[in-house]
Amino acid sequence: MKDKVWDLVVVGGGPAGLTAALYGARSRLSTLVLEKGRAGGQAATTTEIENYPGVRRITGPELMDRIADHARDFGADFVKDDGLEYDLEPLVKSIKGKKGTYRARAVILAPGAEPRVLGVRGERQFRGKGVSYCATCDADFYTGLDVVVVGSGDAALEEAMFLAKFARKVSIIVVHEEGVLDATGVIQERAVAHERLEFIWNSVLEEIRGEGLVEEVVIKNLKTGELSVLSTSGVFFFVGTVPRTSNLGGQVELDDRGYIITGEHLQTSVPGVFAAGDARVKFLRQVVTACSDGAEAAVAAERYLAEEESFHRNVLESEAPVAVAFWSPAVDASLALLPVVEKATAHGGSKFRLYKIDTYRHQQAAGRYRVEEVPELLVFAGGKVVARFNAAQLAGADPGELAATVLAAVAMEDQRT
Amino acid sequence: MIEVDRENFQEEVLEAAGPVLVDFWSPRCEHCLELDPEIEMLAEKYGHRVKFTKVNVLENRRLAISQKVLGLPVVAIYLGGQKVAELAGDVTGQAIEDQINQVAP
Repeated sequence: MKDKVWDLVVVGGGPAGLTAALYGARSRLSTLVLEKGRAGGQAATTTEIENYPGVRRITGPELMDRIADHARDFGADFVKDDGLEYDLEPLVKSIKGKKGTYRARAVILAPGAEPRVLGVRGERQFRGKGVSYCATCDADFYTGLDVVVVGSGDAALEEAMFLAKFARKVSIIVVHEEGVLDATGVIQERAVAHERLEFIWNSVLEEIRGEGLVEEVVIKNLKTGELSVLSTSGVFFFVGTVPRTSNLGGQVELDDRGYIITGEHLQTSVPGVFAAGDARVKFLRQVVTACSDGAEAAVAAERYLAEEESFHRNVLESEAPVAVAFWSPAVDASLALLPVVEKATAHGGSKFRLYKIDTYRHQQAAGRYRVEEVPELLVFAGGKVVARFNAAQLAGADPGELAATVLAAVAMEDQRT
Repeated sequence: MIEVDRENFQEEVLEAAGPVLVDFWSPRCEHCLELDPEIEMLAEKYGHRVKFTKVNVLENRRLAISQKVLGLPVVAIYLGGQKVAELAGDVTGQAIEDQINQVAP
């Protein structure tokens, strides 16, 4: 496995990475998933998922196991490792992990996100002693006890309701005005109506205190500035997440909060590298949208690989010079050019070949050679561009003339070298 | 690894002659399950120096709380009846190995 070059390496085994692997492997790409722990990502620490279409109710780990098995069934390989160092620019990309270096022609980054640490006094000290970021993991401890939840988004309220199955009382500290919660409507309604949930409005958590274990928290009312002490055995933080992109070392473009910036086909700023799931800039971070990202990124990667392979074989590695015609079905002038270059190629005998690229479907080569407008004709010899002709230069061209121009450009290059 | 519960914690951990590692875990804790194979590997490597045990907190909640464990995962090392090292939160196999080498060189 050490020297193997995979078609596709997926970094991250959450729903985005697993789905990408499923699609990749099903398309017969040799596919490897790097996951540092058990498959499932954050979804595997979610108590209950009830909005994954077609699955009325399921636990996070169970759904994730199913998707992982599904990907395995199609032939995806898994390695328990994390991407620590990346070299993504070359055609064959390499990712260094703890156990080795993995090489791939295409990469999908799906590193996901992790819970945000607020940095409240006592937060770090009481980790494992009452401070928690995972209700599923720790809810059992609090049977019959009181707990505090910080946050008011979907995760905060859903996990608070889960905790209320065990705890005697759950106090939710909300930074907003009374009645204002960040969660979606249906979850808000359920939480507000819940008899064991209590809301503390206009407030932030100031400090966590105790001897050995959490015993109390100090809460600050933002309106009055007043501090109050609440006895509690546990503090659960659900105050959003941060993307796990620090290992990427700036190889792909990130936004100012560290999320990966992606284009329409989930491509990153580096050709052949795609991103999926919670770590990229997006509107909605759910299991279903992570899966959707994974599918899109995998199909985009597959198309990229096919394009690359064909371009390499037919253009860069061609013994004869190649005229590459960039065209688009949406641009009439480019459609009109096609028969002309076809005739020109026939005119040239077997001295050069023709390769047509529909830029509407394939943007890869157009991007790399900065073809901004179609039609454009690039002449390649020995894997290099030796001449290019833009739309204005090509307008009204005669096949014979064009063939002569192409051959002249090749001859000039021959002389030079 | 020895499964320890409230019946034998005293004997297996607190009254043990040498250092004892206790892995507080639960089947509902994903991070604990991720960590499990790494601890098993460490048990093979360091088993002659340290006794490796695990406590399922789902069945031994009071025992865990009595040991000031409230939240998972927690990996603790005991020596002479005292807790001498403890890791919580983002516990890694490497961090556990470092602790073992510190406590039981």
